[in-house]
Amino acid sequence: MERMQQIVGRARAAFSSGRSRPLEFRIQQLKALERMVQEKEKEILAALKADLNKCGPNAYSHEILGVLGELALTMEKLPSWAAPQAVKKNLLTLRDEAYINYEPLGVVLVIGAWNYPFVLVMQPLIGAIAAGNAVVVKPSEVSENTARLVAELLPQYLDKDLYPVVTGGVPETTELLTQRFDHILYTGNTAVGKIVMAAAAKHLTPVTLELGGKSPCYIDKDCDLAVACRRITWGKYMNCGQTCIAPDYILCDPSIQSQVVENIKATLKEFYGEDVKSSPDYERIVNQRHFKRVKSLLEGQKIAHGGESDEASCFIAPTILTDVSPESKVMEEEIFGPVLPIVTVKSVDEAIEFINYREKPLALYVFSNNKQLIRRVIAETSSGGMTANDVIMHSVVPGLPFGGVGHSGMGAYHGRYSFETFSHRRACLIKDLRWEALNKLRYPPGSMEMMHLAKFFLLKQCNRSRVGQFISALLAAVKAVVAKVLCPQRKV
Amino acid sequence: METGAVFPQLPESEARRAPEGDGGNGSVDGDATRNPFEGLVSHLRASWLSGKTRPMEYRMAQLKALGHFLDDKKQQILEATASDLGKAPFEAELSEILLCKNELHETLNNLSCWMKDEQVDRTLAMQLDSAFIRKDPYGVVLIIAPWNYPIHLFLVPLVGAIAAGNCVIVKPSEVSKKTERLVAEALPDYLDKDCFAVVTGGVQETTRLLENKFDYIFFTGSPPVGRVVMTAAAKHLTPVTLELGGKNPCYVSDTCDVTNVARRVAWGRFFNAGQTCIAPDYLLCTIEMQEKLLPALRKAIDDFYGPNPRESPDFGRIVSDKQFQRLRALLGSGRVAIGGQTDEAERYIAPTVLVDVQPLDPIMQEEIFGPILPIMIITNMDEAIDFINSRERPLAVYAFSSDDKVVNQVLERTSSGGFCGNDTLMHVTLPSLPFGGIGNSGLGTHHGKFSFDTFSHHRGCLKRGMGWECLNAPRYPPYSQQKFGVIRAMSKVRCKNDCTLL
Repeated sequence: MERMQQIVGRARAAFSSGRSRPLEFRIQQLKALERMVQEKEKEILAALKADLNKCGPNAYSHEILGVLGELALTMEKLPSWAAPQAVKKNLLTLRDEAYINYEPLGVVLVIGAWNYPFVLVMQPLIGAIAAGNAVVVKPSEVSENTARLVAELLPQYLDKDLYPVVTGGVPETTELLTQRFDHILYTGNTAVGKIVMAAAAKHLTPVTLELGGKSPCYIDKDCDLAVACRRITWGKYMNCGQTCIAPDYILCDPSIQSQVVENIKATLKEFYGEDVKSSPDYERIVNQRHFKRVKSLLEGQKIAHGGESDEASCFIAPTILTDVSPESKVMEEEIFGPVLPIVTVKSVDEAIEFINYREKPLALYVFSNNKQLIRRVIAETSSGGMTANDVIMHSVVPGLPFGGVGHSGMGAYHGRYSFETFSHRRACLIKDLRWEALNKLRYPPGSMEMMHLAKFFLLKQCNRSRVGQFISALLAAVKAVVAKVLCPQRKV
Repeated sequence: METGAVFPQLPESEARRAPEGDGGNGSVDGDATRNPFEGLVSHLRASWLSGKTRPMEYRMAQLKALGHFLDDKKQQILEATASDLGKAPFEAELSEILLCKNELHETLNNLSCWMKDEQVDRTLAMQLDSAFIRKDPYGVVLIIAPWNYPIHLFLVPLVGAIAAGNCVIVKPSEVSKKTERLVAEALPDYLDKDCFAVVTGGVQETTRLLENKFDYIFFTGSPPVGRVVMTAAAKHLTPVTLELGGKNPCYVSDTCDVTNVARRVAWGRFFNAGQTCIAPDYLLCTIEMQEKLLPALRKAIDDFYGPNPRESPDFGRIVSDKQFQRLRALLGSGRVAIGGQTDEAERYIAPTVLVDVQPLDPIMQEEIFGPILPIMIITNMDEAIDFINSRERPLAVYAFSSDDKVVNQVLERTSSGGFCGNDTLMHVTLPSLPFGGIGNSGLGTHHGKFSFDTFSHHRGCLKRGMGWECLNAPRYPPYSQQKFGVIRAMSKVRCKNDCTLL
């Protein structure tokens, strides 16, 4: 308890000193992070390989590339993001300064996850630093090599007091959550998300929760199945299915089910060769516990492809299940593994109903040549984000917010949204101490005349010309001011 | 929250429905442990799922109906708030009618623009695609309102919730009894009963209401209850906006127009008999400034309310006996310099200024929420800023000075929900400014477009074509060294503008 208190206390003192606020300082820290990623690339890739058997190219493009891109974007845009934003004024505030000031929140906590262990602490960290905060980083203990590396590297490149790394498991995280933070960004599962939010509630700490769920993937009969299945295969089996926005299950018409299976099988061969286990590009399940969990989902299912496993190496082959019952275990929880169930539905109506009956997912996918159908699926469902005719890709568009809804999470980040998540938008109105005459409109004693004037100045009329408003307001104001000045006594 | 009358009142449509999931025994009474609001929430969720609230025309019609509610029931609203809080007609019309209509008009004028999908910048590789942010409604929203601006503080969020396409349950405060009854009886006649409901009751009913799953909860009230609401929301992972409170400091520098400062501060402090979450809670100034301010404050109070404010139709009353007792006890802090008179029967507390107040006095330990203004003496601006920063972050910080630099210093060196230089309260009358707290004073914002954004889920959407599959080739395994080389090379070129997964 004391250790956590000390770490957070030091971060808070460092934040209170004000040194994390100047833009130059923030950019300097971000540049240092960039150097760290470039200089220590080998070590980072080695850690990812050790934790998840992620090969170099995969690790580079999924984790390092994204981080470098986020750093470059943030350093370039920070001055414009952080600048005060002037807002539209009304007649009463025409002479005043009215703007939104972007201010740091204070000390924020970033809790990472194990499936993309590097990018999932780095990307939030980048936004939090950019917004001028102190940041406590808690990488996932499950991806222990990356956690250890982050704990070693960050203090070498960044301000030690402002950006401490805390390692450990459940007991350490629980302790950490008793401390007071000014924002918590948590990536992980729904159950722990509830615990994090409940802990945050004690301190009225705002939270961003990047959770999960079962991301549905609807394949329409009218689509290029070969292309669709190749894209789905890529998104489903990357990182051995351990991706929060992987297409979790497929919904399609029974008549195309076997074609879907054949196409995916063909693509798997293309990607990983005849013997998947010996492909250097295929990852492993992160640990024994998850291995057993994913394997148990296969019980009682019709395995159309795959199903092989090896406990010693936590290997589960890319697997496809067909004619899956909606009530089965594999359809109850987020799979987070290389198992792809296909549930048949007779129409897009049935698909939409199926999706809406369940918790809102983090991502939603639909494949179709029919633009109307795509529009309908988007309009009649809800999800964190979605991609049509591909998978995963909405999460890499820098201008799109990335986050969940309902059980899949709350809040969003990436790019500018990270900056805004970790900032306080402070409303600022600076008036003049003179021009008291106009204020007389609002002071007691009240009168009907004053009310009419207040209406002119405050009330936005629908479809009334600006000029007309202004002129009548001006005349009324002159009248009122003259009246008050000439007759200052109270009207009872 | 105070316990008021205990009468859970569900709209007719709910009373008629048989409870769902009654275990097949068909009994309308159900068992005692069943949540009394479960049926209502399910009904509203079904309405939302039907898509009824999505079309813009529907939302506009409901919003216009809200406007009619304000117009038709204006007199009753003025009477109810006068009865509940002794609210002056001018104040009531300004805060409960005018400012609400302002929000309505702002929303009606801009809704079609706000609802549009927002196109975003795409990477080089995605020029053929369509990337946009969709504003989806959350579903069933709960709005819990307090008693001090009993119409405004449910209606303004309600405008945003309706505009965003949600179904809404409104829970007005049981403390402002007459207004609660007015809202429960009259509002459902104006809005679609399948999608909007009013629930009444006290702490018990609200606790049971919070056991249900909502898709968003908007709460205005005190920090302790804010914690309770957020804890309840955590069980369902329901996002929240909490508009709470705190002690809003008001710094007055030595260089200022004392007369104007006194008027603006007095207006902000004594509006609604001090029962305003953004009222200047306490003043910070030097002893010299205090000497100048006291006569100016006395004059301002006299100009506003006359020599005996108790007789002024423009000065309000305290909402309840409990609040009255609490405030009367706070008069013991420091020394009364102006006012101090009270009348228990009327729940009247005169506009009061206290001096010789110490930081540890009771009046400096809680949000005052009454017509009492303590003055704390400091020797300079730095001391004032340190004092402000040693306390919980408030909903608003006020600074008065003829010197721009002083105002800016206070702004830059403190943190608060909002800030107003050289005036009080006014920053919340601009719908283009976000209204919300930070830390203990709240989380989230609303007003104007911020309300619409608060009640919408911003969904990132990407629509791609099925063609040009060759462009995707670099992302697929198997990864040869050559492919890896290509990825790295491209990343070095692109990093500046558009790093993306290939």
